[in-house]
Amino acid sequence: MRRFTFHRLWAIVLKEFIQMKRDRVTFAMMVGIPLMQLLLFGYAINSDPKHLPTAIRSADQGPFARTLVAALKTSGYFRLVREARTEAEAHDLLQLGEVQFVINIPEDFSRRLLRGERPTVLVEADATDPAATGPALAAVRAVAAGVFNRDLSGPLARLRAKDGPVDFSIHAHYNPENITQYNVVPGLMGVVLTMTMVVITALAITRERERGTMENLLATPVRPFEVMVGKIIPYIIVGYIQVTLILLAARFLFGVPMVGSLALIYAVALLFIACNLAMGITFSSLAKNQLQAVQMAFFFFLPSILLTGFMFPFRGMPEWAQWIGSVLPNTHFLRIARGVLLKGSGPAEILPEVWPLVAFLVVAMTVGVKRYRQTLD
Amino acid sequence: MSAPEFAIDVTGVTKRFGGKTVVNAIDLQVRRGEIYGFLGPNGSGKTTFIRMLCGLLTPDGGTGTCLGYDVRAEQAAIKRHVGYMTQKFSYYEDLSIRENLDFIARIYDVPDRAAAVQHSLERLGLANRSHQLAGQLSGGWKQRLALAACLIHSPQLLLLDEPTAGVDPKARRDFWDEIHQLAADGLTVLITTHYMDEAERCHRLAYLAYGNLLTRGTVADVVASAKLTTWVVTGENLRPVAEALRGLAGVEQVVAFGTTLHVSGRDAATLDAAVAAVRDARHEWTKARSGLEDVFISLMDTARDNFS
Repeated sequence: MRRFTFHRLWAIVLKEFIQMKRDRVTFAMMVGIPLMQLLLFGYAINSDPKHLPTAIRSADQGPFARTLVAALKTSGYFRLVREARTEAEAHDLLQLGEVQFVINIPEDFSRRLLRGERPTVLVEADATDPAATGPALAAVRAVAAGVFNRDLSGPLARLRAKDGPVDFSIHAHYNPENITQYNVVPGLMGVVLTMTMVVITALAITRERERGTMENLLATPVRPFEVMVGKIIPYIIVGYIQVTLILLAARFLFGVPMVGSLALIYAVALLFIACNLAMGITFSSLAKNQLQAVQMAFFFFLPSILLTGFMFPFRGMPEWAQWIGSVLPNTHFLRIARGVLLKGSGPAEILPEVWPLVAFLVVAMTVGVKRYRQTLD
Repeated sequence: MSAPEFAIDVTGVTKRFGGKTVVNAIDLQVRRGEIYGFLGPNGSGKTTFIRMLCGLLTPDGGTGTCLGYDVRAEQAAIKRHVGYMTQKFSYYEDLSIRENLDFIARIYDVPDRAAAVQHSLERLGLANRSHQLAGQLSGGWKQRLALAACLIHSPQLLLLDEPTAGVDPKARRDFWDEIHQLAADGLTVLITTHYMDEAERCHRLAYLAYGNLLTRGTVADVVASAKLTTWVVTGENLRPVAEALRGLAGVEQVVAFGTTLHVSGRDAATLDAAVAAVRDARHEWTKARSGLEDVFISLMDTARDNFS
């Protein structure tokens, strides 16, 4: 009988449901992953980031300067966090990524304004991520047009020039042409490594367990640490090949500038790869089968793309999302890669991003080794 | 270290999973160079017991030594000197025979590895297949590979968990010849099996059911200690005879073997009385020596009554 029968179809459907019910983790993931996507896309992601940290370097304390600063604040895009005294200090703040903008108000600002000379206010931006700076810089231009309308009334109304009484000069550092690739390609390094490294190692121990080779391995004198590190090392090499490919592509296909030291990139990449591998091994020791391991890896991968500043500006996210992002190794590696390649950051500048990676590695590795049981009890 | 007389010497070994006692206070002594058969129904605790011997599981109770090392404290030392063959094939199917052996030899840090691998390939007749992937091998060849792999570090004790399940009779026979050869060279072998012919090839036996060790000794000891009386009925149309015997006092087992019927019971007098009541002239009735299988089935039935 080659005819379709409903009872056979139903038998398969029922069996699938029973198996789905047995694999609790898979079921949780089927609900958890869409929920996470919903929350991340719905609440955390914001392509119009506001309240970006800004430093002021003002040599003029007059009322006009204060009005200007107040107007920038009111626009909602700038959050004044620092006052810089010197140009060097301002530059350091940008380099370290502590501020996104520095607003320089010149000494004779008020005087020249009153003379109708359209004084120049220099806005310096860390433009590594054009998506983060773009809306704010557009807001600057809007502010410029109308900021002094109230002050310049009566006899001073003549100073309201058609293109505004103040000339805003915008200096986009590190990526002056606002080329998105300059930001995306170094970031891609972190994303590619996260994706491949976590998935590959997540399968590593689960596969041994599923195929029954684990029992054999456990019966030999091999130690858990030897198994872990032995499984990690081959993939570190694979990771290095990936880093090299991406750097080559960045240089020759996308023309990304490489201001900093490549040796530093490679050194930090080792740490970052180890973080991801340790994470994968930990998933591997938690998962019951290979499907679960892949799902866990995906669960980790999603925020690693969305909450790290790779796709959407980090500072545009609500605080809770930034907290989660700060735990993920990719967030820190992205900053390091962009910092070194685009800003020319050295070891001292990237240090604040290195220790979170070290902390992550230690925790993930400890959990992994603890979870990998040497006996079957 | 002077070699102690016993390769395995444990007392009171117990293992519980959850609230369930899987292995209940087992005492076992296995002499060096002995082939020791471990029998019992599925789920009787054989695998769990073996896993405790080789350091994969820690006993919840009991003490003892394996190759002179403490089974609780010196698991690492035990692992170095024991070859353990798991019930399920547990080598890498995507590695070739040679690569698998080489891997295991490296793990155990076997001196002169290349020669050791080559020797083990030749000894087990795997040399001309050495580049074949383990996953492509048939059951018999997989079993040979597994045996080669657990011998490569020259262990003093082999623990074989149902090594011949799913292997054809010829391969099984070759395998047992190999085991006897190894034992003759001084290796101690503890082997679990469900086959009676294999049980009879062991020097000594132990029978486990529901985590309890019910009997042990040589085949003759085991059969004698069961005190089982067996009648063999031969002839045509045995079904009515079997029906008539079942349920009679003293008749504990009625098992059909083709054209014969084995009727056994532990109380010889009542069994004889039952047989006398059913006995007819159309069949041939003889009193025979009980076989191992009769003994084991009887043991298992009694054990079920006692422990379940």
